[in-house]
Amino acid sequence: MRISYYPGCTLKSNAKNFEDSAIASMKELGVELDEIPQWNCCGTVFSLASDDLIHHLAPIRILLRTKETGSDSLVTLCSMCYHTLKLSNMRVKENPDELEKLNNIMYMEEITYDGTVSVYHLLSLLKERVGFDKVEERIRIDLGSLRVAPYYGCLLLRPEGVSIDPNIENPTIMSEFISAVGAIPVDFPHQTECCGAYLTVDNKDLVVERTYEILESARRRGTEFIITSCPLCQFNLDDRQKQVKQKFPEFEEIPVLYFTQLLAFAMGLDKKALRFDLNYVSPLSILEDKQILAIKD
Amino acid sequence: MEISANTLRSDVVKKVSEISGENLSACYQCGKCSAGCPSADRMDHIPSQFIKLIQLGMDEEVRSSNTPWVCLTCFICTVRCPKGIDIARIMEAARLLKSRENVDHFEVSSLRAALEEGLPPIAVVSVFRKHTAS
Ligand code: SF4
Ligand code: SF4
Repeated sequence: MRISYYPGCTLKSNAKNFEDSAIASMKELGVELDEIPQWNCCGTVFSLASDDLIHHLAPIRILLRTKETGSDSLVTLCSMCYHTLKLSNMRVKENPDELEKLNNIMYMEEITYDGTVSVYHLLSLLKERVGFDKVEERIRIDLGSLRVAPYYGCLLLRPEGVSIDPNIENPTIMSEFISAVGAIPVDFPHQTECCGAYLTVDNKDLVVERTYEILESARRRGTEFIITSCPLCQFNLDDRQKQVKQKFPEFEEIPVLYFTQLLAFAMGLDKKALRFDLNYVSPLSILEDKQILAIKD
Repeated sequence: MEISANTLRSDVVKKVSEISGENLSACYQCGKCSAGCPSADRMDHIPSQFIKLIQLGMDEEVRSSNTPWVCLTCFICTVRCPKGIDIARIMEAARLLKSRENVDHFEVSSLRAALEEGLPPIAVVSVFRKHTAS
């Protein structure tokens, strides 16, 4: 299967561990991620103001680029890109006059956008178009008793129209994924609660406290690893552990991986695919302790 | 707080309703938005109180409240409101009252320090979009 792929800015910079592990593990499953040409930043946040049209231009231009390649589906990995593309697409589909205005602004483009591209998150693609059973067949490393907690955050689930799971309050898609790769999914109450998001820039303390609360909640349920799909959640839950440790000295670190890193690891892929070197808290010591370390150079 | 004919005539209700597209008068103060809000304990006014301030036209209180600036745009309130009010849009409108007057909430001069921390681009773009007049 080939599918158009939109990486977004952060997957090309801070979150190379997300992109590299995704491309390599999808290849193993026979899914080729075709990066769309000449893409632009999606703007990261969906504009919530009724009278603001201009901030939908960036995401809609990405959908136009996708259509230009002859494709009618687009997959993203980053939860923020997913959320913004999905909601902007919904907005212009419901408001044809707005779509016409945006097309007028993009008069230099060779085609117009007509609302026909479907936006997928990689987890939905895995579940609905590849199948978690296929994922299971490709697993080479026994993760045994490894206890992994899913962290959904906000943007894969809310508001209702974007949700990658039919149950927005008690989603299960990530737990199903964790079972498919052979680990034990851990249910914990903070899995859909916000990490503090972009307030990490101008209200670091708030994020440090949220991270502490979320990670401790996961730990109380016996979590060894957390998986996520958002590079901003990942930064807040992983890199911010440095400040958590300063504020709460008794705190013990927990590795926070992209779900694709867990997948690539369970498939027995090499270091270049895993990129554990880019995670602030390394998962290696837990894997060593549990004697499930089998990373090839 | 004092409610006078003047406060009730303030245009804050009109502005917030226009920008958010939400019907503020539908709120019956059940507090469900506040109960689930992960930032409520840091807010000068919890989400339901904040909505009440707007309903009453308390322009000064609305503008000086920290509430929309510690709102995380997490959409918990939005999906739980029994009246279908999209509270995240009301918070956005409240932020825009300030941003559209060309006032930044985020100190742009502190950006260098923030970047040195190795923040991902999505964090920086988002804070500009949500906390500055960009
Ligand atoms: S949940 Fe809705 S109706 Fe209840 S207080 Fe909040 S905004 Fe008002
Ligand atoms: S969107 Fe803002 S107000 Fe609503 S629950 Fe989240 S933090 Fe609270």
